[in-house]
Amino acid sequence: MSAVKRHLAFASVERLSVQSLLLAFQRLFKSLLLPALGIVAFLILWSFTASSINTSLGEFPGPQAVLEQVQNLYQEHRIEREKEAAFYQRQEERNAKRLAEDPTYTAKVRAYTGKETFWDQIVTSLLTVMSGFLLAVAIAIPLGIAIGLSKKLNTAINPVIQVFKPVSPLAWLPLVTIVVSAVYVTPDPMFAKSFINSLVTVTLCCIWPMVINTSVGVASLNKDWVNVSKVLRLPALRHIKKIVLPASIPAIFTGMRMSLGIAWMVLIAAEMLAQNPGLGKFVWDEFQNGSSQSLSRIMTAVLVIGLIGFFLDRSMLQLQRLLSWDKSMELR
Amino acid sequence: MPAFLDISNIDMVFPTPKGDFTALKSVNLKIKKGEFISLIGHSGCGKSTVLNVVAGLYKATLGGVILDNKEVNAPGPERAVVFQNHSLLPWLTAYQNVELAVKQVFSKTMGKAEMAEWIEHNLRLVHMDHAMHKRPDEISGGMKQRVGIARALSMQPQVLLMDEPFGALDALTRAHMQDSLMEIQEELNNTVIMITHDVDEAVLLSDRIVMMTNGPAATVGEILDVNLERPRSRLSLAEDKEYNRLRSAVLTFLYEKQRKIEPIKSATEKKAVLSSAS
Repeated sequence: MSAVKRHLAFASVERLSVQSLLLAFQRLFKSLLLPALGIVAFLILWSFTASSINTSLGEFPGPQAVLEQVQNLYQEHRIEREKEAAFYQRQEERNAKRLAEDPTYTAKVRAYTGKETFWDQIVTSLLTVMSGFLLAVAIAIPLGIAIGLSKKLNTAINPVIQVFKPVSPLAWLPLVTIVVSAVYVTPDPMFAKSFINSLVTVTLCCIWPMVINTSVGVASLNKDWVNVSKVLRLPALRHIKKIVLPASIPAIFTGMRMSLGIAWMVLIAAEMLAQNPGLGKFVWDEFQNGSSQSLSRIMTAVLVIGLIGFFLDRSMLQLQRLLSWDKSMELR
Repeated sequence: MPAFLDISNIDMVFPTPKGDFTALKSVNLKIKKGEFISLIGHSGCGKSTVLNVVAGLYKATLGGVILDNKEVNAPGPERAVVFQNHSLLPWLTAYQNVELAVKQVFSKTMGKAEMAEWIEHNLRLVHMDHAMHKRPDEISGGMKQRVGIARALSMQPQVLLMDEPFGALDALTRAHMQDSLMEIQEELNNTVIMITHDVDEAVLLSDRIVMMTNGPAATVGEILDVNLERPRSRLSLAEDKEYNRLRSAVLTFLYEKQRKIEPIKSATEKKAVLSSAS
């Protein structure tokens, strides 16, 4: 290889690496810098607007106030946990002492009944939303497949679905509460009634998009695949497992993501209205409390609700990416 | 002696909002075991309808199909279909696509290892053993159609039904696939009904060419016996007198006797009706 050629080759390699560097930078700019820019712009707008709104409870909380509250709430949570630990320790010591004095004594163990912290409420809400959502999935997907496979069933059930689909959770809630307290009567309840109330309300509201999407996905099954199944004489269950389900995965997931979003929104409203434990109750309690910190605490809750909703949707998307056979499909 | 596959007096009438549409009228065809039949005709003449009736996917309005002394009344693996658009399941690999068929047909008579061997054997037959663990979106159109053929062959069908199997492929790939199909046919000697638009393909592959008249109320127009010696090679046949006679016979049928007369005016009207309907 002549010196000139080598030089040329080197130059082109160099150019290539500069180019790829530029491309990498562009990609970074698009994926990180642009969103960061958006967030900063929002924060500036927020703090500016907040400082110009004065309420009976003081100035509207800006980013600074929220940040303080996050720390406060975490602090409160830690203090509460310490109190709880101390309570159990005291109880244990007391019982040991009584037992030492009187060996026939049977120790009573009482649960700690302290105030639920912000973090406890988050956990409660997440547990409730997931339970309600999973119950809805368990009902909606088989129902959606059945409706998608049978035109007659679809014609029969569709009007009912269309009527119940737009019903607000707040309309269901009183009925659910009354029915649950009438029906769910056991001496030793496994779940709290408030939990069942929230769960049923969530299920009732988030079941419909899944039923509809699943049925549409199943009904629009590629005719060729149906013919393949017919030629092979696949039995009904095998047909569903091998052909219908995989083919409708994209539609089912679209429905599931919509449903999970609805479930989360519905849950917060239900908790607020019914005073069921969870983030909604936290917001309502703070509203009733009306201290100088209330607004910033509510604002914190609003942001946390949003972040959790975002996180739930992303998890669903990841699950869809994992299960979807069509890796070329753009998911967003 | 009764024919192996007897298509007798088939009428096919489709109900439409504007009244009944007769697609097929008195279609008769007797096919011997091991025969390779091509169905040729202009598009829309009902070739696919005939195939679908034999497959059991359509039920004939009148008449019926008898295969090996049994009446056909539902689809089944003994009448395997190779569809025009391969119709592989995109979430399964080539191997799994064939496996689905093999498990369905042979799970009672074959052991696991035997089935695996049979699946691989069929994929080898169509020269797809090197890519058998790839999914349909990772392989070319010709390869997909090969897997489709392997899937059909793996059912060990009494009749292999092919609906324009190479219609969607480019000319070179198509020629290659035709050679492969001849090779396989030499080994297995299946009974085959193949729909095609391609005159050369029909002459090259068939024992008999069934030419259909134009619809509506299409039926069998002429049947041409192809007595060319096998194995056939497309290169030496290009100069062959008999080959060229057969070829021009089919062309004459298609472009003189059954010329598709569709006046421009009625074609535009048809379009207008279609677009207003949709």
